[in-house]
Amino acid sequence: MSERTTYLTEEVGPLPFCPGCGHTRLVEALDAALVKLQVDPTKTVIVTDIGCIGLCDRHFTTSAFHGLHGRAITYACGLKLARPELTVITLMGDGGCGIGGTHLLNVARRNIGITLIVGNNFNYGMTGGQHSVTTPLAGLTSTTPWGNVEAPMDLCATASAAGAAWVYRATMFDKDLPDAIAQAIRQPGFAMLDVWELCTAYYMPRNELSKKELLAMLGGMGFGTGLLTDRSRPEYTARYRAAYAAGRRERRERPPIEPAFTSAVAAQTGVIVAGSAGQKIRSTATVFAEGGIFAGLNATQKDDYPITVQTGHSVSEIILSPDPIEYTGIPSPACFVAISEEGVQRMRERLAALPPACTVYAEESLELPETRATVRRLAFEKAARQVGRLAVATVALGAVLEDAGLYPIEAFAAAIRRAQGPAIAETNLRAVASGVELARRG
Amino acid sequence: MGRVFIEGNEAVARGAIRAGCDFFASYPITPASSILHYMLEWVPAQGGVAIQAEDEIASMGFCIGAAMAGRKVMTSTSGPGLSLYSENIGLAIIGETPMVIVDVQRQGPATGSATKGAEGDIQFTRWSTSGGLPIIALSPATVAESYELTYRAFNLAERYRTPVFVLTSKDIGVTREVADLEAIDVPPLVERARVPSGLPRYLPHAFDRPADVPPVADFGGEYVARYTTSTHDQAAYLTGNPQVIHEMLGHYATKIEAAAHEIALVRRDLQTGADTLVISYGVTSRSAAVAVREARAAGKKVSALVLQTLWPVPERAIREAMVGVRRIVVPELNLGQYVLEIERLAPRGAEVVSVCRMDTTLLSPARIRAEGGLS
Repeated sequence: MSERTTYLTEEVGPLPFCPGCGHTRLVEALDAALVKLQVDPTKTVIVTDIGCIGLCDRHFTTSAFHGLHGRAITYACGLKLARPELTVITLMGDGGCGIGGTHLLNVARRNIGITLIVGNNFNYGMTGGQHSVTTPLAGLTSTTPWGNVEAPMDLCATASAAGAAWVYRATMFDKDLPDAIAQAIRQPGFAMLDVWELCTAYYMPRNELSKKELLAMLGGMGFGTGLLTDRSRPEYTARYRAAYAAGRRERRERPPIEPAFTSAVAAQTGVIVAGSAGQKIRSTATVFAEGGIFAGLNATQKDDYPITVQTGHSVSEIILSPDPIEYTGIPSPACFVAISEEGVQRMRERLAALPPACTVYAEESLELPETRATVRRLAFEKAARQVGRLAVATVALGAVLEDAGLYPIEAFAAAIRRAQGPAIAETNLRAVASGVELARRG
Repeated sequence: MGRVFIEGNEAVARGAIRAGCDFFASYPITPASSILHYMLEWVPAQGGVAIQAEDEIASMGFCIGAAMAGRKVMTSTSGPGLSLYSENIGLAIIGETPMVIVDVQRQGPATGSATKGAEGDIQFTRWSTSGGLPIIALSPATVAESYELTYRAFNLAERYRTPVFVLTSKDIGVTREVADLEAIDVPPLVERARVPSGLPRYLPHAFDRPADVPPVADFGGEYVARYTTSTHDQAAYLTGNPQVIHEMLGHYATKIEAAAHEIALVRRDLQTGADTLVISYGVTSRSAAVAVREARAAGKKVSALVLQTLWPVPERAIREAMVGVRRIVVPELNLGQYVLEIERLAPRGAEVVSVCRMDTTLLSPARIRAEGGLS
């Protein structure tokens, strides 16, 4: 293939920027860098943000992606994650670095191998010269008529602090800008170039800023110039693939539940288990429902617990039914299993409203609200102390099965063996037996 | 995998994997978080990429970039996150980006009752971004449908090059039930039409008739590709030409509206001579089914229509089901949203009854019967 002498096209007209605008120089420097690198246009994507700089992508003969304000980095990352072999060059203004600041921090932190070039002209050109996160102190803009009182963000220091592998500050006047850009594109990790520019429409006339003042400002603000950060860090997409290759495991699917028992349950039957965090309420309820499925029933389960999962109540609501279950509310449960004080407190109103046909299986030490339901007080805690503290819910549900006869104990045992490793299953099978014994003794 | 006892979120993830989803990005939010957990484990295991983004905006941005590079992408969230998706939804529409967006709805507005159930994002999804262009949204009612409709959502996204929403809710997403996913009959996989090799150049939005769906060339493939958030012509070049803009917007709308019947998925349970029709969707359709059964047992003649496609409105199926009925009951787990569509489609003289409530509990069959005049 013959050598490419430019990656710019006049097909859509000349570059649209104001006379003297830094963006024109930046775009030409990027073109020179691409020529230097002789990139493949189909394997190179120029991703632009909203702002004047975002007018330039269509002038390139490479692939181009023009996205939402502040979000250019996210599309660039999506392209790179999907196809790590692509050269992805993102162009943003200082405005985009403000609204999309979190993406700047995170791409630097992750070290995704894209290039970010900021055309930094200290204000918003496209919307009428408002101040941005890089506007210098005392700078005059349409939204700082009294002079900017907000300290400017040092984009390079910020990116570097967030972990960027390669950070460089340049100005539109730098003779070696194409070289710096080419160097940035060559970096395997995230590389950022902050290019200080003149906005001839707004910032330059308002602040009497010309080349001399711009360079003096750069010195005066104490921001570094040239190559500021250059460190070796693993690039994200390479690291991602390596980590998953190393960690890849065969997906172990638990065997399906083939009904092997029968159940006497003839209608939709609700079971509510009310306990506390740490009592294995939810996982035990799942195994209990799966026992019902082993007995040919349909089942549903929903759980209620606080966001702080290791504290407070833990309540599971299970429905067993010979027919498909549609409405999953339980207006009248058949069994209410009260295991802890927190569970009882959470369900106080429901407990008080239980119908007489319901049986409450309650840990014997609990105080219960007035209820019309039949109450059976059983020593769940004491029994669990014999087999294992974490088995209290299994003890209780073993007792429920023995007393209410919803489905065979053997089906519960089959579900336990399917769901749990041998040691834990052994404990829980003893817990079931212990619950059965409790229910028989009364 | 046979009969298993899983939650709707797991079924969504399994449906996505079955559909060949090979890129996933999402930000944690209850009750959608477990989709993120499943996908973070399963997608890379299949050679794809799954990433927890820094926020919902980045989730969408990553997905849009990856989709245009050829991946089959999905993201998942709940109402507060969907709010943050808004602007990028518009980008996906104007860029003709195939993607699946799962909204496991929860009680809102704002943080609402974190995390309790509701289905309050129905019209929000339809009008989720500026410009008012149509989108596609499917609404499962069960774990099995969560699987099936997620799978189908990928097919629709690929077929129409557009974002497709899967609207589940807390009471489907994190409720376990019995399902045999392998036994579910799903249609063959659809892949987006891609431009043939060897053309002089690629037009990203080429169509002859407005309803045509332009074939796509992936970023990084054989062609120079373009994509833009701005109004553009078929070459994806910015344009201010009113006629071109008119034609492009007409194309985005027509390719979906003209296919409404093809996209329509409904379940019918119609009864000859019924004077009442219950139209429902999502988790509330399960309560409606019980209410209808009970009403019939009490001697009422009632028909039921369950909408699995919410957007575009399956108008033909709805109008057909409405023939001859005098009352149309629309139960919803919100303050009455889809009833607006039913009202505009109802035949003259038919009464439309909205039965709605959003108090974090399910709408009960008893309430649907009482307020819907079915008792």
